[in-house]
Amino acid sequence: MTPIIEVSHLTTKFGDTYIHKNLNLQVNKGEVLGIVGGSGSGKTTLLREMLALTKPVSGSIKIFGQELLTASPRTLLAIQRRWGVLFQENALFSSLTVLENVSFPLHEHTTLNTNSIRGLALLKIVMAGLPIDAAVKYPAELSGGMQKRAGLARAIVLDPELLFLDEPTAGLDPTTAAGFDDLILNLQSTMGLTIVIVTHDLDTLWKVTNRVAFLGEGTVLCVDPMTKLVNNSNPHIQAFFKGPRGRIAEEGYQQESSDHGN
Amino acid sequence: MTQQGTTAYDPEKRLLTCRGSWDLQDLPQLSSHLYQITLPTPTSGTLTVDGEHIEKMDSAGAWLLLHWQKQVEEKGITVQFVHFPKEPARLLSLIDKEIQEEIPLPETKKPDWLTTVGMRALRGWNEFCLYLTFIGKLTFEALRVVRQPKHIRWNSIAAVIYRNGYQALPIIFLLSFMIGVVITYQMGLQLKNYGANIYIVDLLGLSILREFGPLITAIMVAGRTGSAFTAQLGIMKINQEIDALDTLGVTSAELLLLPRIAGLFIVLPLLTVWSDIFGVVGGMVMSNTMLNITWYDFLHRFPTVIPLRTFIIGIGKAPIFALIISSIGCFEGTKVEGSADSVGINTTRSVVLSIFFIIVADAIFSVIFSKLKL
Repeated sequence: MTPIIEVSHLTTKFGDTYIHKNLNLQVNKGEVLGIVGGSGSGKTTLLREMLALTKPVSGSIKIFGQELLTASPRTLLAIQRRWGVLFQENALFSSLTVLENVSFPLHEHTTLNTNSIRGLALLKIVMAGLPIDAAVKYPAELSGGMQKRAGLARAIVLDPELLFLDEPTAGLDPTTAAGFDDLILNLQSTMGLTIVIVTHDLDTLWKVTNRVAFLGEGTVLCVDPMTKLVNNSNPHIQAFFKGPRGRIAEEGYQQESSDHGN
Repeated sequence: MTQQGTTAYDPEKRLLTCRGSWDLQDLPQLSSHLYQITLPTPTSGTLTVDGEHIEKMDSAGAWLLLHWQKQVEEKGITVQFVHFPKEPARLLSLIDKEIQEEIPLPETKKPDWLTTVGMRALRGWNEFCLYLTFIGKLTFEALRVVRQPKHIRWNSIAAVIYRNGYQALPIIFLLSFMIGVVITYQMGLQLKNYGANIYIVDLLGLSILREFGPLITAIMVAGRTGSAFTAQLGIMKINQEIDALDTLGVTSAELLLLPRIAGLFIVLPLLTVWSDIFGVVGGMVMSNTMLNITWYDFLHRFPTVIPLRTFIIGIGKAPIFALIISSIGCFEGTKVEGSADSVGINTTRSVVLSIFFIIVADAIFSVIFSKLKL
């Protein structure tokens, strides 16, 4: 399989503290990779570096085979057109309606006429599971779950090959969060996306991801599917997954998959 | 047979062959090709779309094809999709489900002219009532805090004085000095014609001490401090910091609003004195160079022609201006709702309204003072 993202020997320092020390990570085409780790383990920083928002001290990040850290603005733009990002706080433009938010990338990056842009944006809004009358509303008028969906609609509007999701289910109620997991899976299979999810949500990790990278001590401690990762003997990983919450999520998932088996 | 890269249409067989990549990048081209196809007449029967050679299709491509299909079918021709590879076929069926019904977007109604005027008037009136309520509440809070002096936040007041008074000294100095220079220059030109050079002292003293000092300082502070108050409080409100205070049993008025108002109340008169001094100094420098009035002459004449009353009237306006700036700044800040946009709008309003009411108040003062013959 071809790696879509290749992070190698990444070192990041804020002041005198090392965030990442010689970190290596690969994301393959078509997979859903989860990134987890305790608070302060550098998940968000890693994500920001992959998005070219923060510069590491040294190392290399290749996306679609292109080096990100030395990329010219043109190359960067070409890469940016091929990915979509859903931020933790949605980052919807508050002065634009949902429809305008979703059409924004189309207006900026395509030469389509207004009608096509509107049609495509509405399609993505519906695909993200929003009712159509939400399109004319402003982000402030929507509930948290609907804002997430609007953010997702904007992230997928350019039909990206790669999707970054930062804590997609944080702050959602369990039903909405589960619905969002389904939505992510659904989009992934429809659009053939490669997805990188930074999350704390154990249910999401079990349900959505193919592999999970566990960050700790400034590096990737382990990259494995969940079923293997939970049995890893590293104390950090054990502490993360074998707490009371971790067990419940695991049992729930195994119950579910055995139900499906029958 | 018309062939155009990604599409090829054979009118004989009524067969449209699609090939290549059908994605967002090529959508404008694809769209123009599709809609250029002349449909068979009479418009009935079937038309076949062969997708065997499609290499890549994304949701935009699928949307386009389905959109076209719907338009063609409306004219009475049935469109059949054949030989599509697995992935595009799945995509097509999925997208088809999403756009089954033509989606009517709820219209946002634009109110007519008269309604707009009415709405604006009502909004203005509401805002005025809200402002009065705000002032009333603050007054009650102030009375409560004054009766329990341990509730007075001396540290916050000191911080307001430092940030909005002390740190404003350089800019107020510069501005007042230059205003002094400009006024002297303009008036000096006229006085010189009549050989009445020495009267510049009277004119300069009166205008700076009574009007320019207080006004320039107040306007500068409105831009500098009023806007800061609104933006700070607005962001605090968005972050729910104000809600947090209220649930902790500390009123936001006590901790955030009153110290700002009290601080500015103290510091604006002081800044005005500062501005008066340098306005006059600016004028003095200009009189010396342009009108040949020595420092000694200037300073000797100044106290004989400018009564203390003038200075006190000027300084007396400053606390009122301070109340206008800080109450409007705080009021607009607490009115911020939801978004970054709102912070921007309210900050602008805060500055514009402050300056507007400063000038209105100044005009009212002039009328009152002239009636009182001061």
